[in-house]
Amino acid sequence: MSPVADVWVYLAASPLLWLTLTLAAYIAAFALYERSRFNPLVNPVAISVAAIVAILAFTRTPYATYFEGAQFVHFLLGPATVALAVPLYEQMPKLRRAWFALTVGLAVGVVVAMVSALLIAWLLGASNATIASLAAKSVTTPVAMGISEKIGGIPSLTAVVVVLTGIAAAALGRFVFDALGVTSHAVRGFAIGLAGHGQGVARAFIVSDEAGAFAGLAMGLTALATALIAPWLAPWVIALLR
Amino acid sequence: MAILQALALLLAFQLIGEAIVFALGLPVPGPVFGMVLLLGAVALRRDLLERLKPTTGTLLSHLSLLFVPAGVGVMVHGARLAAEGVAIVIAIVVSTVLALAATALTVKALLRDDEPPR
Repeated sequence: MSPVADVWVYLAASPLLWLTLTLAAYIAAFALYERSRFNPLVNPVAISVAAIVAILAFTRTPYATYFEGAQFVHFLLGPATVALAVPLYEQMPKLRRAWFALTVGLAVGVVVAMVSALLIAWLLGASNATIASLAAKSVTTPVAMGISEKIGGIPSLTAVVVVLTGIAAAALGRFVFDALGVTSHAVRGFAIGLAGHGQGVARAFIVSDEAGAFAGLAMGLTALATALIAPWLAPWVIALLR
Repeated sequence: MAILQALALLLAFQLIGEAIVFALGLPVPGPVFGMVLLLGAVALRRDLLERLKPTTGTLLSHLSLLFVPAGVGVMVHGARLAAEGVAIVIAIVVSTVLALAATALTVKALLRDDEPPR
């Protein structure tokens, strides 16, 4: 084997290479996002994922090998969720005033997000396991995977579905809100955090701190509400459709 | 040291959250419970807020990065996506737009009623 191939074989098996690639791909994608003046359609997650999948396919690297490195980034989802307490605390006076509207909005949004996904997938002829994998699509990754497993979905497919949902919400939120004449940053933030979990929150923070805090609140409440209602509502809807 | 302390604090709250959720069999996700606990702690001790802020700001400003590893998992589902990819993508996009619209319109309508007459 040539020396170059030796080095490649050594590095390709180590977590270091794939962790570095994850960060490098994201930094490059974020630079593009910045350059587009944060156009929501230039989604940094979509670009990074596409670039990394292309590199892994080209080098014939299995996902499990990649994830050994990328898990260090994946792990930070937990502490980042806890960190949302800080912006949340800072928006407390506003949240307190709006609690009734937010609670009703949460209930409506969580049910619409789940039931509409199940119905549309069923109408388009998706299999049972695929439909079940869609139920928790608006919930942040680790929580969604747990819900999916409980209701007969495929957890690893749900992880992908969750990321795609986040991309859709972050990319389309602005256009939906503008079309409906919703201008308040608090309302826009809450809706994008509910529909698009952490990626919606990231998008909201780019717009304003107020939108970000409401999005963070919505993300936490959506995870909570979906974890509570999905295990009985989703199987019931799926049984009804059969 | 400030970053280390803040990170240790976040991890500790996540740990406590996970432990309580597991011990009591709650349906709440551990990190979400940890967030609620930290919210309470910050309300009791305001100085925590200033100490945490630089680190939480950095972590949250690149929240999207944390979803990249899970997103790359799309490569494992090639066969299923070839068969059902169109249904999956349409279901995701349409239901996400519906959820955005339903939530925003509900909250907007109720907030307007809430505001005192001028």
